[in-house]
Amino acid sequence: MPTIFIDGKPVEIQGNENLLEALIELGLNVPYFCWHPALGSAGACRQCAVTQYKDEQDTRGRIVMSCMTPAVEGLRISVDDAASKEFRASIIEWMMTYHPHDCPVCDEGGECHLQDMTVMTGHSYRRYRFDKRTHRNQDLGPLVNHEMNRCIECYRCVRFYKDFAGGTDLDVFSSHNHVYFGRHEDGTLESEFSGNLVEVCPTGVFTDKTLKKHFTRRWDYTTAPSVCTHCSLGCNITPGERYGELRRIRNRYNRDVNGYFLCDRGRYGYEFVNEPRRPKRPMRRVPEAAGNQFREVTREEAMGALGALVRDGGPVIGIGSPRASVEANFALRLLVGAENFYLGLSKDENALMAATLEAVLEGPARQPSLGEIPKHDAVFILGEDLTNVAPLAALHVRQTVRNKPRARARALGIPDWNVLPVSRVIDTERGPVHIATPYGGKLDDIAASTFRATPDAIAQLGFAVAHAIATDAPDPGPLPEETRALAARIAADLLEAERPLVVAGPSCDSVEVIRAAANVAWALCRRGRTTAGLFYTAHEANSVGLEMMGGGHLEDAAAAVLEGRARAVIVLENDLYRRADARLVDAMIEKAGTLVVIDHLMTPTGIRADIVLPAATFAEGAGTLVNNVGSAQRFIEVLRPAGEITESWRWLRRINTAAGRSTVTQWVDLDSFLRELVGELPVFARIVNVAPPASFRVGGRKIPRQSHRYSGRTAMNANIAVSEGAVAQDLDSPLAFTMEGFPRMTPAKLMASFWTPGWNSAQSITRFQEEVNGPLEGGDPGIRLIEPAAGDGRPYYAPAPVASAATGTLLAIERLHIFGSEELSARAPGIATLAPTPYVLLHPEDAAAVGLAEGEMAEVLLTDQLPVRLPVVCAPAIARGVLALPRGLSGLPFVSLPASGTVRKAPVA
Amino acid sequence: MSDPTHDLPLTGAIKTDGTPLSLREYEAIGGYAAVRAALSGLAPADVTARVKDAGLRGRGGAGFPTGIKWALVPMGDDAPHPKYLVVNADEMEPGTFKDRLLLEGNPHQLIEGVILAAYAIQADIAYIFLRGEYTVAEDRLHHALHEAYEAGYLGRHILGGPWSLGLHLHMSIGRYICGEETALLNALEGKRATPRTKPPFPQISGLWGKPTIVNNVETLCNVPPIVARGAEWFKGLSRTPNGGTKMFGVSGKAKRPGLWERPLGTTIGEILDLAGGMRDGLTLRGIIPGGASTDFLGPEHLDVQMDFDTVPKVGSRMGTGTMILLDDRTCPVGMVHNLMQFFAQESCGWCTPCRDGLPWVQKVVGAIEAGQGREDDLDVLRRHARLLGPGLTFCALAPGATAPLGSALVRFKDDFERHIRDQRCAWN
Repeated sequence: MPTIFIDGKPVEIQGNENLLEALIELGLNVPYFCWHPALGSAGACRQCAVTQYKDEQDTRGRIVMSCMTPAVEGLRISVDDAASKEFRASIIEWMMTYHPHDCPVCDEGGECHLQDMTVMTGHSYRRYRFDKRTHRNQDLGPLVNHEMNRCIECYRCVRFYKDFAGGTDLDVFSSHNHVYFGRHEDGTLESEFSGNLVEVCPTGVFTDKTLKKHFTRRWDYTTAPSVCTHCSLGCNITPGERYGELRRIRNRYNRDVNGYFLCDRGRYGYEFVNEPRRPKRPMRRVPEAAGNQFREVTREEAMGALGALVRDGGPVIGIGSPRASVEANFALRLLVGAENFYLGLSKDENALMAATLEAVLEGPARQPSLGEIPKHDAVFILGEDLTNVAPLAALHVRQTVRNKPRARARALGIPDWNVLPVSRVIDTERGPVHIATPYGGKLDDIAASTFRATPDAIAQLGFAVAHAIATDAPDPGPLPEETRALAARIAADLLEAERPLVVAGPSCDSVEVIRAAANVAWALCRRGRTTAGLFYTAHEANSVGLEMMGGGHLEDAAAAVLEGRARAVIVLENDLYRRADARLVDAMIEKAGTLVVIDHLMTPTGIRADIVLPAATFAEGAGTLVNNVGSAQRFIEVLRPAGEITESWRWLRRINTAAGRSTVTQWVDLDSFLRELVGELPVFARIVNVAPPASFRVGGRKIPRQSHRYSGRTAMNANIAVSEGAVAQDLDSPLAFTMEGFPRMTPAKLMASFWTPGWNSAQSITRFQEEVNGPLEGGDPGIRLIEPAAGDGRPYYAPAPVASAATGTLLAIERLHIFGSEELSARAPGIATLAPTPYVLLHPEDAAAVGLAEGEMAEVLLTDQLPVRLPVVCAPAIARGVLALPRGLSGLPFVSLPASGTVRKAPVA
Repeated sequence: MSDPTHDLPLTGAIKTDGTPLSLREYEAIGGYAAVRAALSGLAPADVTARVKDAGLRGRGGAGFPTGIKWALVPMGDDAPHPKYLVVNADEMEPGTFKDRLLLEGNPHQLIEGVILAAYAIQADIAYIFLRGEYTVAEDRLHHALHEAYEAGYLGRHILGGPWSLGLHLHMSIGRYICGEETALLNALEGKRATPRTKPPFPQISGLWGKPTIVNNVETLCNVPPIVARGAEWFKGLSRTPNGGTKMFGVSGKAKRPGLWERPLGTTIGEILDLAGGMRDGLTLRGIIPGGASTDFLGPEHLDVQMDFDTVPKVGSRMGTGTMILLDDRTCPVGMVHNLMQFFAQESCGWCTPCRDGLPWVQKVVGAIEAGQGREDDLDVLRRHARLLGPGLTFCALAPGATAPLGSALVRFKDDFERHIRDQRCAWN
């Protein structure tokens, strides 16, 4: 490790970094703006100036920017000398000349990097006495607020939005002290990652617009570590509560998962938790009333009825859910028995998840974590429109294209952190990302090749690539010449790479695509590329955890009811109408004697229920989710729920108790329940280590959920009662609901809020990393439950024969949207306004062939399904012979896909 | 303009009727002979060596040795291609109009210089980045380029040999910062004209990340005579160890402001004499010797020789060699205000000290000039003159602005103080 001298004192540093990073790692307070751990150095703000000395004799030195200075052996610097201190204070003074000084009304106030740095440099007296230049602000849509006058021109926003996230509609305009960061005109930001501007911006130019409606200062939140539930990746989040309301979501750094960023669905989908019409108490259907009317009942009445139902009502089946926690699903399984537990996945979904798990568990290829994706240097994506399915994976894949050409910059002696010269050397050259999908996506702009085809043809391409890599991998048989050539090119790129990556998932509804991807990764492993990664996405937050539990699928459940093998159905956090044909669900519900629904929101399934139990959301309870790569992560209650809302697993325990099952009383809290779970299902053995138990203490004390500056504790409810109510107790985690507790040395697995003196903003994260961009001190949260097989005896998958489509028919597949396709986030107002209205996507020539054009109303006729009328959207970036229907959009009935069928001009009604 | 008593390799051939030399006229006086000689008889390294031996230094203002700059370009079979040569013809320095004469008067000499320089670094493509307002030069360059292509001096297989060079004319849309070589490269790539991080220097990673040399017009115009007549001849032109002649200009209230090619080492006084001295009734108070971004000198400096090494000894720089005069009937505060307005306006907005410091300076100087100065204003100005200095900002624009500011605060201290004391400008 190199040694540098700070004020004459030798200190050891890591090496390979710039001086600013070295100083940060040493824990020194050096102010900065344009540098960002993920974005690297720019040298623009000049804030991180220090004095560098030639040698021991040099007493004058010269000022250098630490972010632009390589930290090399023997470097002599001073941080505290008068010259560099004066310069750093001057930088703030310059930045402040036009700043509005509106901290009291600024949403950033209290967690503002500009405030922190101003205090740090000591600038306090304002000498500038002239008018301030002012800007006009823009309406950037429902998620991000714009207040350009606060801008200090650090250029971080455009470097994130354009250079890092690939956005095209935010830029810097004008010059000198008129530079303006915004869009060319007012309008919603197009990037799916726009919300990160809120945390990337060091001051209040970009702030959370949804937060504005229920604003809270940083120190007034109650927070707890949590996990995003809006897709399968399990990004780590910090929800913030105040006055019993979930007020915002912030990124929670985890190098292994999301790093510094979230997608907009993850950041803004939270508002479903605050939906006013959420059920808050148990409800029973009013049988004699017309329509669907419910009355609230006491917990005792509900439990009495349900206990009797389970005890005496004959066979009861349970339908679980991939969006419910491992604990909730397991509690249902315990209640109804393993033989009566169904996964709540459709037959097709279940087959896809089973194929995924099999490929991961039985083959030699490792699943990289989400956070490892940016280290790969060649990517082959089969069937996934990542931006809409697993958005953070798309953001990470975007970073991979720099890895291969980066070698040229290194050869010129340009270090990786010096990002602007690196991008110049790289210029337009990109490492290979090959994308084979039925329709175009936003990653196409970095793709080395795009292949638009049906799922079967995509699978064939995959099998051909595997065969081209390793000849013992089976050949899919005759293929068009250009497909074969493309396969050879992809194979060559993957073989040439140091860390090739294969990405696939369930979006194509094709087991063959999942298997083809496995063959490619396995072929690479067997050709000695042991660094090859196989990354599968999944549909929902706990799809993998649910599949690991095992059970029948939804169609099996329906059959059990329709064949009279079950009298009652308990549905856990699942809207069956989103997973199966309405006719089947209707039939099942009509046949079932009693339908019980435990969920957060009223859903079409809930409306048909006889009894509804209000379930806690991720914010209101504790539980564990297993993400797409099999990593178990804990979410901890941040919000004391209203009324009788509680975790589903607690409801199910109560039903058990009400049914008179004495064993169940053993599990009163999460830890005891997890012990029960592990005893029953050893595959989850490591789940108990995901977070420290509730008995864990630091210095003999709990860990506070509130900051030491939390205000209003005795006053905030004084309009209701002047006495301070009893403090809520949490049986499931070592976190206290108040500010009491030990405020430091929190293990990373329990850390929600990163704060250290002088660092109040999101930038404080570097104080908690082992090194810049490293893991959190003590290790990142999350424990892998599944690993690839130790040996490598698994034969390759054999390609299935491909049935040729009947002429004149189209293959209907589903298309996912980041905004609108996911059930819970679609109920958040900000997200809902961005969701598209239902449509059918067609190739313009396929549309023209039946006399349809963009915007016209089409009727989609699919085998065995009711006709659907939808407006036509035409895109050349969809394979010929394929039509796509958006998944799960409000107003669009469930359609079982893939299916074949036809499209015609809708007859005039 | 032409003066029989001097050897004038840059302007000697320029016609007095205002028309440019045609290809035939240029060839008639030996034009393109250096290209023929170099391509048939000199290795690229020999051309570089000859320029290095001649001691040619960059005429854009910084004075970096041209041959040394070229020698930093990676050569040989492993060198990245395409390599680029870029002509910085974005002449926007206030008071500077020297390149314009060369461009309009004898465009072929520049083109020949480009070919030789490109040959020396084995460039594949060259660009002339021309100031947008130089429309006359644009027309003439277009015509000359056409002639040169037709004659086989440019294009594929120049003069039948193995080497090819494409030369393109690019019109700037006009920002002072484009004269900064890395900002120029960004502009040429169609990006925002902000300077780039150095290192890496353009010789290693320049235009589109490839090895690139950026040279000033006057610098390149010196190359053909150096290659044709040799290093010793070139060194002999100068009156000091800096080789060659220089374009010297005078603006301000002289009798005959203008532009002359004279040996390096010609004194300020001699140049002022060429301009006929000050207008009657006016006394010289200050001289900015080389464009706006050099320190003020005074009447006591008339004997100072103009070259790269001598002017710094008296606290300024030769810069572009085009002097701006300040007389006793012009307010120095007003002059500084005018300059600061220019620099503040032309800041690219990338780095904080320049973007936010210069407008502050401009406003303070403006307030003093308008009779609204305050006592602590001079402290603010002095502080800026110090903290916007070399090495502290991302590029040389703000340090350039501090040169006239800092020196004016010393040289015209009484004038600044009087403005503040009297709350008015005595010249208005």
